[in-house]
Amino acid sequence: MHKRVVFRHRLLPYLLIAPQLVITLVFFVWPAGQALFQSVLLQDAFGLTTRFVGTENFQRLFADATYLHSFRVTAVFAAATAGLAIAAALLLAVMADEVIKGAAGYKTFLVAPYAVAPAVAGVLWLFLFNPTVGILAYLLRGAGYTWNHYLNGGQALFMVIIAAAWKQISYNFLFFLAGLQAIPRAMIEAAAIDGAGAGQRFWRIVFPLLSPTTFFLVVVNVVYTFFDTFGIIHAVTAGGPAKATETLVYKLFNDGFIGLDFGGSAAQSVVLMAIVIGLTVVQFRYLERRVHY
Amino acid sequence: MTMHRMLLLGALLGALLVLGTTGTEAATEIQWWHAMDGALGEWVNDIAAGFNKSQTEYRVNAIYKGTYAQTMTGAIAAFRAKQHPHIVQVFEVGTATMMAAKGAVKPVYELMAEAGEKFDPNAYLAAVTGYYTTADGKMLSMPFNSSTPVLYYNKDAFKKAGLDPAKPPRTWPEMGEYGKKLQAAGYPCGFSTQWQQWILLENYSAWHNVPFATKANGFGGLETELAFNSPLHVRLVETLAEWQKAKTFDYGGRRGDANPKFNNGECAMFLASSAAYAGFVQGTKGKFEFGITMMPYRPDVQGVPQNSIIGGATLWVLAGHKPAEYKAVARFFTYLSSAEVQAASHQRTGYLPITLAAYELTKRQGFYEKNPGTDIAIRQINNKPPTDNSKGLRLGNLVQIRDVMDEELEAAWAGKKTAKDALETAVKRGNELLRQFERANR
Amino acid sequence: MVERRPAWTATKHGVLALGVLVVAFPVYMTLVASTHTAQTVMGRLPLWFGAQLVDNYAHVLRVGMGSGSAPIGRMMLNSLVMAIAIAVGKIAICILSAFAIVYFRFPLRMTCFWTIFLTLMLPVEVRIMPTFKIVADLGLLNSFLGLTIPLIASATATFLFRQFFLTVPDELAEAARIDGAGPLRFFGYILLPLSRTSIAALFVILFIFGWNQYLWPLLTTTDEGMYTIVMGIQRMVPTGDAIPEWNRVMAVVVLAMLPPVAVVVLMQRWFIKGLIEPEK
Repeated sequence: MHKRVVFRHRLLPYLLIAPQLVITLVFFVWPAGQALFQSVLLQDAFGLTTRFVGTENFQRLFADATYLHSFRVTAVFAAATAGLAIAAALLLAVMADEVIKGAAGYKTFLVAPYAVAPAVAGVLWLFLFNPTVGILAYLLRGAGYTWNHYLNGGQALFMVIIAAAWKQISYNFLFFLAGLQAIPRAMIEAAAIDGAGAGQRFWRIVFPLLSPTTFFLVVVNVVYTFFDTFGIIHAVTAGGPAKATETLVYKLFNDGFIGLDFGGSAAQSVVLMAIVIGLTVVQFRYLERRVHY
Repeated sequence: MTMHRMLLLGALLGALLVLGTTGTEAATEIQWWHAMDGALGEWVNDIAAGFNKSQTEYRVNAIYKGTYAQTMTGAIAAFRAKQHPHIVQVFEVGTATMMAAKGAVKPVYELMAEAGEKFDPNAYLAAVTGYYTTADGKMLSMPFNSSTPVLYYNKDAFKKAGLDPAKPPRTWPEMGEYGKKLQAAGYPCGFSTQWQQWILLENYSAWHNVPFATKANGFGGLETELAFNSPLHVRLVETLAEWQKAKTFDYGGRRGDANPKFNNGECAMFLASSAAYAGFVQGTKGKFEFGITMMPYRPDVQGVPQNSIIGGATLWVLAGHKPAEYKAVARFFTYLSSAEVQAASHQRTGYLPITLAAYELTKRQGFYEKNPGTDIAIRQINNKPPTDNSKGLRLGNLVQIRDVMDEELEAAWAGKKTAKDALETAVKRGNELLRQFERANR
Repeated sequence: MVERRPAWTATKHGVLALGVLVVAFPVYMTLVASTHTAQTVMGRLPLWFGAQLVDNYAHVLRVGMGSGSAPIGRMMLNSLVMAIAIAVGKIAICILSAFAIVYFRFPLRMTCFWTIFLTLMLPVEVRIMPTFKIVADLGLLNSFLGLTIPLIASATATFLFRQFFLTVPDELAEAARIDGAGPLRFFGYILLPLSRTSIAALFVILFIFGWNQYLWPLLTTTDEGMYTIVMGIQRMVPTGDAIPEWNRVMAVVVLAMLPPVAVVVLMQRWFIKGLIEPEK
C-alpha cells in the first residue's frame, strides 16, 4: 500500500467502493454478526427457546479434549495441503510458461480439474482409494503396501490432504501462470545476456516479481484449507477414523449443519475466525515485507 | 377487413371466456420437502403424482432439498424465516430434535383428528410406528421409508466352503465358525458391516432385549443415560476386535462404504440395511447368488431374539399453516397409508410397508415367493411385540452420539483401545451430549 | 527460456506430462467411468474406456437425470446465467473497490479494506441461515437476484486486483496526471488493459465458482425450474440405500464440465505473452 502517486478526489473513492461495501454489509456483516452471536446462546434447533449463556459454549469447547486434538490435525492438514498445492502449482506453471508446443493443451488439462463438481470430487477420490476396488489401493497393494484408510488414521489424513490439495493445484496454477505472463521478457533476456543461469534468473528475477501473486496465493490457500475443505473431508472420511481427519472446520460444520448445535458451532466459528484473522494479520505484517511490488 | 378483424376478436374473446369458465378453483397446494435422490426421487414423484391424479381438491408438490442433513437444515432455516413447507422428511436421528420442538411440529395424530380423517393407529405395524409414537401410543410423524438390518450372505461362497446355503448362521458364535471356514476356502474376509453404530450397538441391544439407554431408550424423558457399555456389549466388541485381527470380521468404513467388499466377493457375509437389497442385486449380478437371513444373536441371552428397530426417515408436519392446507396433508397421509400405495412402494424400493394390510397384500400378490428373502426384514421386526428396549430410540444429539460410537469402535478395531475402554469412553462422551440436549430443550 | 537446449525442453515436457497425468487422472477416470455399465463401475474401475459411451450419454441427454428434475439443457442454462452473472458482477465491483483502495487516500480506507477482506474469514455455510432469513425478508427467494447478489461480496477478486495494482509503476499514473487525465480515464485507458491477465484468470475461476454453486441455490429455491446442473448432479449421487448408477452420474459430470473447460480454452487467448504491454 505504498503508492507514491494517488488521486486526490474526495467523493469518488467512496462511490467506487460503495457497491462492494453495501453488499458486504448487508449480506455478510449483518448475517455473520447474527451467526456469531449465537455463540453466547443456548438454543434448540428451531430457535423456539433461546437462553443467554455467556461463555458457556466456549468453556464447553475448550474442556473437550478432542477439540484440542483437532487443532493439531488442522495444523498438519493446512500446512501440508497449502504447501503441496503451492509448490506443485509453481513448478507446473514455470514449466508451462516456457514450453511452446502443446502449451494450450497442458494448460487446459491442468486447469480443468478445478471444474469438477464439488459433490463429485470427494467421491472420485473414494473410488480411487477404496481398499477393495480402488485403483490406487490396488497399485499400492502391488507395491506391497496394505491400504485401508478406514482403519489407519495416518493413511486417511494422507488421502484427505491429497484430495484437498488436488483441487487447489489447478487454482494456484492458473494464477501463477497469469503472474508469470505479466513479467516482461525483456528483463529475463537482459539477465541472460548478462550471463545469469536459469536458476539464478528464476530466483533473482522471476520469483521476486512473482511474489505479489505468491503472497496472494499463500493467504488464499491457507484460508481455503481452514474453511473450504469440509465438503471433501465429509465425502471421503467424515472426520474418521477415530477423529484422525477431523479438522476444526469439519467439527464446526458437523456440529452445526448436521448435529444442529448452533450455539456450539457458532462458538467454534468465533475461535476459527480469530485464528484465521490472526494468521492473516501475521502474513500481512511479516510476509508482505518481503513482497516485491 | 374490419369484419374479419371483428370476427377474429370475437373468436378470441369467446375462447378466453370458455377457458376461463372451464378452469376450476385452484387446488389447495402443499409443499413436501424430501431428501430422496436417484431412483428413490422418482418414486417420491410418482407418489405425489398418484395422489394429485386421484383427486382434484388438493395438490402435493414434492421438492428435493438435498441430503437428509441439508433438507433438515433447510427446513429449519425456512421455519425461522417463516417460509417453511408443510411436510418435511427427517431422518430417524433427528427424531428427538423434532419432538422437542413442540411449537414447530404438528403431531400426526392431532392433524388427522382435526381434519376428520379416519385414523386407526392399530392398523400400523407396531415396530415401525413405535419409534415415532409417544409413550401413550400417539403417533407424531408418518413413517415413510423405513428399513432394518439383515444378514446377506454369498450362497456360492457357502457351497465352496462346504457350508449349506440353505442354513445360514443364526448365532454370533456361528458367525465366527462360518467366517473362518469361508476364509479357509479362500475368501479374504468372513463378514463385514454397514452402519456399525446402528447395527452392532443399537439393533444389537434391541435384538437382545437389553437397554441401549435408560428410561426406555429415552422415550421416558430427557434425563436418559446411555447403557451400551454393559458386559454383553463389551463381549461383542471384544469378539469382533479379536476377529478383526484375522479379518474374520473386517471393518470397511462407516455408512455403506463397505458395500464393495460384499459385491466383489471379498467378504462372504454382510450385515446391511434391508433397503440395500436392490443395490446388491445390481452389484452382484453375474458374480454370485446371495441369500438373506435375520441378524445373528447370542444364544445364551434370555428372551432372544426380540425384534429389530428401524432406520430411515419419516414425514413430519410443520406448524404454522392454514387448516385447509392441513386437511390436504391429512388426505395425503391417508392416501399414503393405503394398502395399495404401501404395497407398491414396498415392492418397488425394498423399504418396509407400514401397515399390516400392505404386508398381507404383498403376500397375496406372491411377491415374497418370487423374491425370496425380501420378507425377512418384516418378519424380523415383527418377531415379537416390542418392549421398552426395542421400540426404538429417542435420544437428542443422536447424530453426534453416533459419531462418537463410530470413533470409539474404530479405535477398538484398530487395536488402539480395549473394547471395555472404547465403550466406556463412548458412553461418557455420549452422555455429555445428552445432557447438553437436555439443557437446550428444557 | 532464452537458451535452446533440447534436453531442457524434454525435461520441461516430461514434468508437465507427469503433472497432467497426476492432476488430470481423476478427471480421466470420470470419463472412463462414464463409458461403462453401472455394474462395471461398482467393481474396480477399468483403466480404459468401455463401450457404453453412446448409451449412457444418450440416456442422460434424452431421459434427463430422472427424478422428474428439469431437463439437462435447462439446468445448464441456469448454471450458465448464474456463473456469468457472478463472474462479471464480482469482477466489476471488486476491480472498482481495489482501484479505490490502492489509488486514493480517504478516511476509513484501511477499515474498508479489512471489512471487505473479512468476508474471506467466515465461509458461507456458517452464516447461511441468517443470510437466508435476510434474503427471505427481502422477498428474494426463488429469484435470480437472490441467487447471485449474496455471492458477489467476496474479497478474493479485490485482493488479487490490489496485488496487481500495487505492481503497476507509479510513472504511469504520474504521466496520466500530467496529461490532465482524471482517475477514471486512467482507470479505463491504462489500468484496465494492463489488468487483462488478472481479469482473465479471475473470470475462469469465478465462472467455475458460480457454475459449481449448489448449496446456496438448494436453500433458496423451491422451483425446480431454477435448479443448476451441479444441484442436479448432487441429486444423482446416491446416498443411503439408493442403487448407485455411477456411470450415468459421471456422464453428467463430464457434460457439466464442458462449459467451464470451454471457458478455460477461450481465455487462453488472453494468456498469450506479448499481447500485453510493450514497455513498462
